[in-house]
Amino acid sequence: METLDPSLVDWSRAQFALTAIYHWLFVPLTLGLGVIVSVMETYYYKTGDEEWKRIAKFWMKLFGINFAVGIATGIILEFEFGTNWSNYSWFVGDIFGAPLAIEGIMAFFLESTFIAVMFFGWNKVSKKFHLAATWLTVIGATISALWILVANAWMQFPDGMHFNPDTVRNEMASFWAVLFSPVAMSKFTHTVTSSWIVGSAFVITISAWFLLKKRELQLAKRSIKIAAVFGLLGTLLAAYTGDSSAYQVAQKQPMKLAAMEGLYQGQNKAGLIAVGLLNPSKKSYDDGVNPFVFNIKVPGLLSLMANRNINSFVPGVNDLIDGGYPKVSKSGEPGIALSAEQKMEKGTLAVLALKDYKLARKAGNDSLAKVNQAKLEENFPYFGYGYIKDKKELVPNVPLTFYTFHVMVIIGMYFILFFILIWWMNNKNTLHSQKWVLWLSLLGLPLAYICSECGWIVAEVGRQPWVIQDIMPANMAVSQISAGSVQTTFILFAVLFTVLLISELSIMIKQIRKGPEGLN
Amino acid sequence: MDYSFYQHYWWFLVSLLGALLVFLTFVQGGQSLIYQIGKSDLERTMLINTLGRKWEFTFTTLVTFGGAFFASFPLFYSTSFGGAYWAWMALLFCFIIQAVSYEFRSKKGNLLGKKTFDIFLFINGVGILLVGVVVATFFTGSEFLVNKANLTNTAMPVISTWENSLHGLEALLNVRNILLGLAVLFLARVLAELYFIQTINDANIQARSRKGLLVDTALFLVCFLTFLIWTLVAKGYAVDPDTQVVSLVSAKYLHNLLEMPIVALVFVLGVVAVLFGILWTLIKPKFIQGIWFTGIGTVATVLALLLIAGWNNTAYYPSNTDLQSSLTISNSSSSFFTLKVMSIVSLLIPFVLWYIYKAWKAINGKQIDAAEMNDNDMKY
Repeated sequence: METLDPSLVDWSRAQFALTAIYHWLFVPLTLGLGVIVSVMETYYYKTGDEEWKRIAKFWMKLFGINFAVGIATGIILEFEFGTNWSNYSWFVGDIFGAPLAIEGIMAFFLESTFIAVMFFGWNKVSKKFHLAATWLTVIGATISALWILVANAWMQFPDGMHFNPDTVRNEMASFWAVLFSPVAMSKFTHTVTSSWIVGSAFVITISAWFLLKKRELQLAKRSIKIAAVFGLLGTLLAAYTGDSSAYQVAQKQPMKLAAMEGLYQGQNKAGLIAVGLLNPSKKSYDDGVNPFVFNIKVPGLLSLMANRNINSFVPGVNDLIDGGYPKVSKSGEPGIALSAEQKMEKGTLAVLALKDYKLARKAGNDSLAKVNQAKLEENFPYFGYGYIKDKKELVPNVPLTFYTFHVMVIIGMYFILFFILIWWMNNKNTLHSQKWVLWLSLLGLPLAYICSECGWIVAEVGRQPWVIQDIMPANMAVSQISAGSVQTTFILFAVLFTVLLISELSIMIKQIRKGPEGLN
Repeated sequence: MDYSFYQHYWWFLVSLLGALLVFLTFVQGGQSLIYQIGKSDLERTMLINTLGRKWEFTFTTLVTFGGAFFASFPLFYSTSFGGAYWAWMALLFCFIIQAVSYEFRSKKGNLLGKKTFDIFLFINGVGILLVGVVVATFFTGSEFLVNKANLTNTAMPVISTWENSLHGLEALLNVRNILLGLAVLFLARVLAELYFIQTINDANIQARSRKGLLVDTALFLVCFLTFLIWTLVAKGYAVDPDTQVVSLVSAKYLHNLLEMPIVALVFVLGVVAVLFGILWTLIKPKFIQGIWFTGIGTVATVLALLLIAGWNNTAYYPSNTDLQSSLTISNSSSSFFTLKVMSIVSLLIPFVLWYIYKAWKAINGKQIDAAEMNDNDMKY
């Protein structure tokens, strides 16, 4: 019998991860810096002060360099759903394709039309038209983020659809349920506001460098004035939306939450790990090895975050695999959680019921088809478990998820203090003389990037093995191509994107060194 | 309005996006001409800057074309992209290198040097041939199987499988595919030459563009007419509307044209507009608006060609391995509900076209010249 090469799944995952990580180096900067540049140009429009124009144009130039690589790395992601995840494209394309198409129609044209005006329209259109173009470019980028995040959120929490056994795919039943899913809203607001942090950190780091070099003092101070406030706003909103994101994860993807916290044994009044070191000798969830070398917890906070109740029970990895703990169903009925084996049995039943349904339909036996359809519908919430061979596959990479989550949170908290400090000192006009703060500011950008990428690693590694939560694991979603082909394209992308990144950084550094007077 | 209406409507929209994409490949055509028409650094800078103000439209149209195809005909997305892996990857690589080249080429510290980025643009320009090759497979067929029952085979659940190891590169071995590929490339160059004539105020560039226009038009006509006649008389992939059985029918695409007179009219008007734009430019040295006639004509012609590939009970993505695996607009489309939702969204398209027109006019109001290139900090 023909089987899929397991390394094909791994290479396909690796390729998607690689391209997504690269793409995410450029997108948050576009989203964050775009708003800052728009605000700067708005100051210019309102005051007529040429210095604001000079400042806006300087940052706009850097925005353009970054934007280009964002486009280059973005195109591949859209097409990879087809090239590398072809089964996925059919199985959920009826729902997933729509946000992608809407993104193209509503957002990409807005961006691509007005970015040309933003760069080449200074002497060709009115001040007002130009300002509108700048804002529309960043609004386009943000709308684009909305639609792709709606699509991503739907993978984490599939809702508003039903499975059609005749077409063998999921079909959309409610567009509003897909668009306004609570996961989508949390994801969008958290991702966009966290991108504002990256944009602000970028402006502050470069401005701090100017202050250290005693160059472009006015540009640096004015830029910091905007970036510090915007960054603080972004950080506070990201903290708030991060909390609602975590709540959604707890409700919809409890395994991801358990991995984020390194929680193996579920607890009532569970504490949130503030800092912790995982035990490297723990190899499997069921080996009985203590998961931590050490940790410091805030008592009850995980329960509060996960269930909005400080005394509530938060299941750990073992509970989620073994089941048996009290759990409230989607419809609000109290019940007992199923074990992984029970879910896998139900999944197998669902897959068999689909097979029998198809055979019955082919044979023209409608009553048998109906029986199998009912069986399929009953077990469909566990459909993807039918493709899981070993229950251990259901546990994501705990160390990676745990550390990235905590690094993200710690850096996020640090940024609240950082932006307050920078804003306060800049307002007091003492920032330029505080060298240690300026040196600290140079770390802002790398930290913001680490924080932002960590967020995505938590979201995507923590949900493995699911491409669509509970319904489609990665091994069911791939295209049938040779692992060698994917390996080859992986290497090509890795080389090409690395070259583009180095070249982007080199151009950026040259432009920054030259300052606003040395554009080009 | 029933399910079939929406399937036809979405095939129309996807075809329209495809047609607009072919028009906008004047950017690629222009990139393939940078060494031929631009003899000095300044001339190449002018060429690249006039193209650089439009490249994102082509790029965005390609991405939207992909997204719209995914949303409306997901089985095509999974079958073609997952199967013809190398053909699509080659095309995507051509576009990745394009996206940075405009922005990076003249920037200091760009690592690879101006020449490399210009070569990237040239590769992307010639690479547009692949679009034609892939689109030609809509008429010549590919080697794949679609079996939805595979999903219940947990060891190998992939529904669409490609039946040769070249994964799309075999399309390059088919003469008819290559002919359309070359036709698209030469058309893109024709459009680019007309675009240069319209947007660049430089005597040398004007003269070389007019000279190139004649040669590229001749090559385009030879390739396109051979492809067209061959396709119209060749066997096509017909679908029985009642049984959905696919069969080979002689001169199917010619019949489609004759049975859909409005489409035939659009096709003829398109061809006339394409030729008028070119000939009038060649005859009248002061006429510079040829790009609009040839551009709109291109949209009409390509639209009509794609409509005869999918409408009138035709399998638009035929399988030569198993005729019954061929994709039709009814067996590969999204659900009735999704097509309806998407149709509401599609009402935004005229608004999008309106603001594109406004912005285009604002930026292209004045021709590019050497003075502007020498005195501008916002240039590529």
